[in-house]
Amino acid sequence: MRVWKYGDDVNTDMLFPGKYTYTCSTPDEIRPHLLEDLDPEFARGVQSGDVIMAGKNFGCGSSREQPVVGLKSVGVAAVVAESFARIFYRAAINQGLVLVEAPEAVRAYKPGDEVVLDVENGRIVVGGKTFQFPPLPREILAIRDAGGLLNYARRRLEAGREQ
Amino acid sequence: MGQTFAQKVLARAAGLAEVVPGQIVTVRPDHLLTHDNTSAIIAKIEEDLRHYGVVRKDMPIIVLDHVIPAANEKTAAGHRRVREFVRKHGVVNFYDVGTGICHQVVVEKGYALPGKILVGSDSHTCSYGAVNAFATGIDRTEAAALLLTGETWFRVPPTIRVTLTGRLVAPVSAKDLILTIIGDIGAGGATYQAVEFHGDVGTLSIEERFTIANMGIEMGAKIAVFPADSRTEEYLDSIGVDREAYDAVWADDDAVYVRTETYDMRAVEPVIALPHKVDNVKAVGEVEGLPIDQALLGTCTNGRASDLRAAAEILEGKRVAPGVRLLVLPASAAVLRDVIADGTIAKLVDAGAVVLPPGCGPCLGAHQGVLAPGERCLSTANRNFKGRMGCKDAEICLASPETVAASALVGAVADPRNVA
Repeated sequence: MRVWKYGDDVNTDMLFPGKYTYTCSTPDEIRPHLLEDLDPEFARGVQSGDVIMAGKNFGCGSSREQPVVGLKSVGVAAVVAESFARIFYRAAINQGLVLVEAPEAVRAYKPGDEVVLDVENGRIVVGGKTFQFPPLPREILAIRDAGGLLNYARRRLEAGREQ
Repeated sequence: MGQTFAQKVLARAAGLAEVVPGQIVTVRPDHLLTHDNTSAIIAKIEEDLRHYGVVRKDMPIIVLDHVIPAANEKTAAGHRRVREFVRKHGVVNFYDVGTGICHQVVVEKGYALPGKILVGSDSHTCSYGAVNAFATGIDRTEAAALLLTGETWFRVPPTIRVTLTGRLVAPVSAKDLILTIIGDIGAGGATYQAVEFHGDVGTLSIEERFTIANMGIEMGAKIAVFPADSRTEEYLDSIGVDREAYDAVWADDDAVYVRTETYDMRAVEPVIALPHKVDNVKAVGEVEGLPIDQALLGTCTNGRASDLRAAAEILEGKRVAPGVRLLVLPASAAVLRDVIADGTIAKLVDAGAVVLPPGCGPCLGAHQGVLAPGERCLSTANRNFKGRMGCKDAEICLASPETVAASALVGAVADPRNVA
């Protein structure tokens, strides 16, 4: 997997500048501005199946869904970080973007290391070393397995109507 | 074993006797706040809204505040879609452009009450902890699902206990206190956690508590909350809330915390957050003389009457330094009315201020005071991220209204204790 590596406290303005929040909301509008102020190469170079690795507190700052929608739509396989800010974490669950909290794996990574991710079994291999990460709680997996929060909500509404 | 505020509120809302940190609970929040982003939220569920409608018409609170009045055709069309949605679905709690910044409106219209649960599609929803509410930010998709189902999940957070002793000594103010705390705990130091404020919190007004709770998210906190005391009751009385309408909650004395910190408020000094992180906090004295191009006074962090008065006291009878633009952003129309009535606005305008409409203005860089490359803004807002005010090659520093006013006079970062 190709890796884009960043540091601590990558905030929502770095992921998607605030000045676009009320003019860009569809994946097509979002994609060109992804990580614009952090890494201008990212939007041009990212490919489906790539992984982002970052330090602590990834996604801190605003309630801003566009970076999550954008990263999902360009096919980022996962964001692997030492920790995530909570609104970003919830947004990722709701969109079905895979987040992996694996601090030791991030700290072990060196440029050029091969990274292999096995989400189902909670394993990530970095430069030949294997690290485990805990699975999401059962209640949260149900949202992901439904294909995101809106599908999950629709199923519940549908079930309520049939009763 | 004793319970924290978060444990008690979430247990009560989930209909459980007791909950423990880490547990996942399903609750029906009392209110959902959305703002200009309502337009994008409802676009996700157009079809569903036709089928199911809005689950509880008095649950959503919609405030247009982020880009007001509309800056261009696209934002104008967004506002129009929100107004049409409000009409079509009979949404009760709608505030059009000019009412104020959403967080101020939610508190001053009496939606944020002790012991209640509020969520909002904006990270500074945590502000309502000032009045003992459990309040936190969510994303747009979750807001969309809430409009349809009225329920969501929370992981019960562990809690940090912050004990405040003594009282702040003017011109040091609540902003200096919370920036000091964030500098210590760090931008991610309270992630997934609740923060409770204990001790001599009775020395802090509701406005000061608002400033502090507002910035809880800047250390990653899920909620930042104060106890309800006589000052809370007096404030809620003053805005016409019946005491029967709420049931305050507070932590047990033997509640269990992940971390405890104590701050002597008398020892807090004027501080500043330097670019580009809120936890990059230094004493103002260390950077005195750093030139500024723009000074922003106001926002949901420091845009209340007491903030504007404190600044006006420093600026009265003087003019801002040549080359400095002073922008004033009152938190709401009600605040604006008060500070017009008592002469505060006249003092600010006489000092050279530009008064902006009550909304988010330049804080998020969409309009009304965007920075140019190479410029530096000293702001009372809550974020100094790179690019935040519309330009990635500009710098934003954060400080109190007192420090911003003193610095606007000097044309460079200045300690308000030295500017008479």
